[in-house]
Amino acid sequence: MEHQEGKQEFNITVYTENQVGLLNRIAIIFTRRKINIDSLNTSPSEVGSVHRFNIVITETEDVVRKLCRQIEKQVEVLKVYYHTNEDVIWQELALYKLSTDVIAEKVSVERLLRENGARTVAIRKDYTVFETTGHREETDNLLSILQPYGLIEFVRSARVAIIKDSEGFNAKLREFERLEPGEEVIENEFLNEGDQVFTM
Amino acid sequence: MEVAQQAISEATVQSVESPAKEITGSAALLEALIIEGVSTIFGYPGGAIMPIYDALYDYNEQLKHVLVRHEQGGIHAAQGYARTSGKVGVVFATSGPGATNLVTGLADAQIDSTPLVCITGQVFAHLLGTDAFQETDVINITTPVTKWNYQVTDATELPEVIAKAFYIARSGRPGPVLIDITKNAQIQKFKFKGYTPCNHIRSYRPKPIVRPQFIQQAAELINAAKKPFILFGQGVILGGAEKEFAAFVEKSGIPAAWTVLGAGAIPTSHPLNVGMLGMHGNYGPNVLTNSCDVLIAIGMRFDDRVTGRLDKYAKQAKVIHLDIDPAEIDKNVKTTVPVWGDCKETLPLLTAAIEEKTHTEWLQLFHDHTKQEFDLVIEQELNPTTDEMTMGEVIKQLNELTKGEAVIVTDVGQHQMVACRYAQFNNTRSNVTSGGLGTMGFALPAAIGAKFGTPEKEVVAIIGDGGFQMTLQELGTVMQENTDIKIIILNNRFLGMVRQWQELFNERRYSFVDMKSPDFVQLASAYGISGKSISDRKDLPSTLQEMLAHKGAYLLEVIVTRENNVFPMVPQGCSVSEIRLK
Repeated sequence: MEHQEGKQEFNITVYTENQVGLLNRIAIIFTRRKINIDSLNTSPSEVGSVHRFNIVITETEDVVRKLCRQIEKQVEVLKVYYHTNEDVIWQELALYKLSTDVIAEKVSVERLLRENGARTVAIRKDYTVFETTGHREETDNLLSILQPYGLIEFVRSARVAIIKDSEGFNAKLREFERLEPGEEVIENEFLNEGDQVFTM
Repeated sequence: MEVAQQAISEATVQSVESPAKEITGSAALLEALIIEGVSTIFGYPGGAIMPIYDALYDYNEQLKHVLVRHEQGGIHAAQGYARTSGKVGVVFATSGPGATNLVTGLADAQIDSTPLVCITGQVFAHLLGTDAFQETDVINITTPVTKWNYQVTDATELPEVIAKAFYIARSGRPGPVLIDITKNAQIQKFKFKGYTPCNHIRSYRPKPIVRPQFIQQAAELINAAKKPFILFGQGVILGGAEKEFAAFVEKSGIPAAWTVLGAGAIPTSHPLNVGMLGMHGNYGPNVLTNSCDVLIAIGMRFDDRVTGRLDKYAKQAKVIHLDIDPAEIDKNVKTTVPVWGDCKETLPLLTAAIEEKTHTEWLQLFHDHTKQEFDLVIEQELNPTTDEMTMGEVIKQLNELTKGEAVIVTDVGQHQMVACRYAQFNNTRSNVTSGGLGTMGFALPAAIGAKFGTPEKEVVAIIGDGGFQMTLQELGTVMQENTDIKIIILNNRFLGMVRQWQELFNERRYSFVDMKSPDFVQLASAYGISGKSISDRKDLPSTLQEMLAHKGAYLLEVIVTRENNVFPMVPQGCSVSEIRLK
């Protein structure tokens, strides 16, 4: 992804109810504006009944704020946060399938895998599957290294990200359950406390 | 997990459990509608919604069902009903084509924040995804044009889902909700334990908390302002805050201009009402937007038809934006002070915090601009010297007869802009039009619904010859229900607004705007509706009088001048201060 006019990667974290159709409702907020979703992951969250979306897009902060407000407006969305890559701990997982003969014959491959922290997940007579977990550059790096050795298949997962300064959602959810939630929960994170106005 | 469950049990509203009786999903739906205060349903039956219609047969006394001629007519009627009554409009339609025919109305209601609950039938749950007869993926089709939608496949879900639907449709910024019910759920019997209306959904906060610091900041800006200017929209009406708004305007002494959907929130004749905003709005409000020092936007969303070119819009002004929807703040125009919240709550706080003032000189500037506009535009539109009639003089005559007490329902195009510019509104909820979506064909069905929403008022639909032909089948509904609406067709034998653009911007290349029409009076007559067509000015007052005095529906066709343009006009891509008077 090239970086144009202030565009950068943003990690959008969405806490939602677990509801059929909500994925579509969230996805069309991006597609309606012709914004490509680089990565999308849905998973359980730290709270049993609450779902968590991790969405990665490359956009300006201005656009990301507007998108987040539109997402938060959806009835079944509890809360939306957005963060730059520096604000989150993130990982992606990649799988690589190679010919077992190639592995056996070429010692260098084995060394390369070891140097790149790859793990063997399956060894069959005709193929072997390796796995690495890390940032995009790391999984990309191993991909380009393995290409010359007749890589048979490659797949990379969506990004999962943990927010560095989040205290999780358990306490917040309790507030959401109340008829009159406290100010802390209802506070919109897109409000710039510094000069008391929105910076968008 | 543990925390969540504990919290849920705390939040559950304890309803008094009546002895559970076995009823069908269809009956449960109708019971729910009655408890929600629904009295009128606009609908059209079909295969997949037949069990609901069968149940409706027994509820004839409590629920009035209006059989429309097309589902689009049904949903526009429900919109008209909601707009005049302030209640949630309810629509029934069958699966497949019945449901897809609702889409235009849903999009219209979504962009104009109209509260609706639409019930669609769906094929049996076991047939979902099999391309069954009249099966269509209604939930996915309607997701972008609904505030919320949900598919019910089990009758036991119904009471809770209907309760949520009404709560979501009417609370916060209102909008349309669609509930798709599979046929098996309509038939299924279950133990109905009563119905509890919804007042809380943990993931949904209809109103943001009012922040006193922003009220204070807004008041400071207003108190210091030399040339403050108020823009108001439908939010004032949706919030039922007309009185609070008038109090604010009167104490502050600030000139106030309205968006098309805000018309009527304060009377047209109010001394501080300086007119209409936007592309075909008044001269002063547009030009002076770029002269004011503080712009106070209340319940409006800075639509592109209001702002014109954004990078030249009110750049000199500090902007205070009052809105219930946080996503509207800073969406188009950057706000200096955001006043989040329901304006029924925020306006009194703001009124209390401001000083009582008058802005005589500043207000005079608006009047000066009005004078210029009057000389160059309004005079010839309302008192023309041409042989042929103008749209404006019809509206003027109508004003004189209805005295601003009528509900005016308009379609989309030139007549809509002329009607909004010149119609007099004494009361709130008396201007019904398709604002955001610009849906031609809206007016006739919406007028039917508007009449059901406010039966004691005169309802006058003003429609162009083009728009009328998009939904004229609803004359059948007027006939069947004896709906007392007055229909004025302003016939210029053109798709006038497109023709105007072609004249101004496409070198008069009139591409497919020349429209032939049937004999509208004969057409009305075929439906048993009285009518008349006039083309001579001298017949106008008497015929309008005859129309208004007529008991029951009446169709009046007025042949107006063919190539008239609506001015002033802010051409697309231009700044509001580049507004043209000719």
